Amino acid sequence: MTDTVTDTAVGTRPGAATDTGLESGGPGASGASEPGVTPPPGTGGHGPPPVPSFNIVPVRALPVVAVILIGLIVAIASNNLWALEFFHVAGGGLWTSLDLFLGLVLGPIMGSLSIPARIEFTTKFMPKMLLIMPTLVAMTLGAGFQLARHLGNLEASYPHHGWVVASYIIVGCMAVIALGLLEPANLAVLFELKKPRPNGARIQRLMKVFIYTAGITGLLQILTILIMTFLASR
Amino acid sequence: MTATAEVLPPGFGEPDAEDLRQSELPPVMPIAIATLVLVVAGGIVVAAQYGRPPKLTVPVILLGLAAVLLVVNAVLVFRIKEFARPVFHRVLGWALLAYVVIAGILEYVFIYDHTPARELALFSGMLMLFALDVPLMLSYSVARWQPPDAT
Repeated sequence: MTDTVTDTAVGTRPGAATDTGLESGGPGASGASEPGVTPPPGTGGHGPPPVPSFNIVPVRALPVVAVILIGLIVAIASNNLWALEFFHVAGGGLWTSLDLFLGLVLGPIMGSLSIPARIEFTTKFMPKMLLIMPTLVAMTLGAGFQLARHLGNLEASYPHHGWVVASYIIVGCMAVIALGLLEPANLAVLFELKKPRPNGARIQRLMKVFIYTAGITGLLQILTILIMTFLASR
Repeated sequence: MTATAEVLPPGFGEPDAEDLRQSELPPVMPIAIATLVLVVAGGIVVAAQYGRPPKLTVPVILLGLAAVLLVVNAVLVFRIKEFARPVFHRVLGWALLAYVVIAGILEYVFIYDHTPARELALFSGMLMLFALDVPLMLSYSVARWQPPDAT
């Protein structure tokens, strides 16, 4: 995926609080990302670290998301077994891997980076996550529900129905964690970084929430995979 | 992340006006999360009965409670005096667009699968609350950290 960061020049911008990257011209119409070129007084070692110019929504990736969602709808409408399997397995595998990688690998690495490095990484990484995670979740759950219905696994008379219900509960927990904690933290970090003077302590707190909740959902997904592989082998 | 506030450069980590305002804000996020929990729980109860005549009393109660919490939350947000409303409304609009699309895809799946009328009505209500609650959480969690005059 590509994003719309057009310039890596750093510096906070006077009046940047109004440039939220979510403009009123259309979804993700924030393409107007002026390169940050005016470091505020005091950035020479005593002020807040400079923040690279970035867009909250990576506009250029939106067509990719649209293609994936259209493909998902076609797979559901056609009830094509291969397509449903593809969307469910590919989406679930990527979702799990990404969450575990975030929580267990990237989180500790980020903690050891310098503040400017962490900020630069965050401004490039978090906008992409804003699109990648919901897309993977929609792929996995949408195709998964339809696949289970297609195979008859949803029926209350299915011999392993209890395991299916257990997977619902785990997925429900993941949904609450992702929508109630992870996504709000993701968005709040991006808006904080758009301020003329971002609050570093707040960004750290929100990033902790993001990384830890990603790790927790990754671990819950391992439970889901255990149940799914058990059901698939019956 | 292991870094702590004391390693932050001067002027980058001290509490600011938004930090100080947090204690005056109503418990919007916990209520919104509770709403989401009720909606998800209702969905699980209905889905667990797939393929047999469903008992809908519990999901209807969960849906009703979730609706009440959502209304209470909307009123609480409306009554906040010092709040970055322009930012809140902008994020709310875009998040609503995104989550209406997601809820629409799910609604399409239920209709396409010929879900019986009573369950479909229940699922539709849950999807509606879902599509309102999540944008509320996202927009509030952004606006709460913005200065009230931010646009």
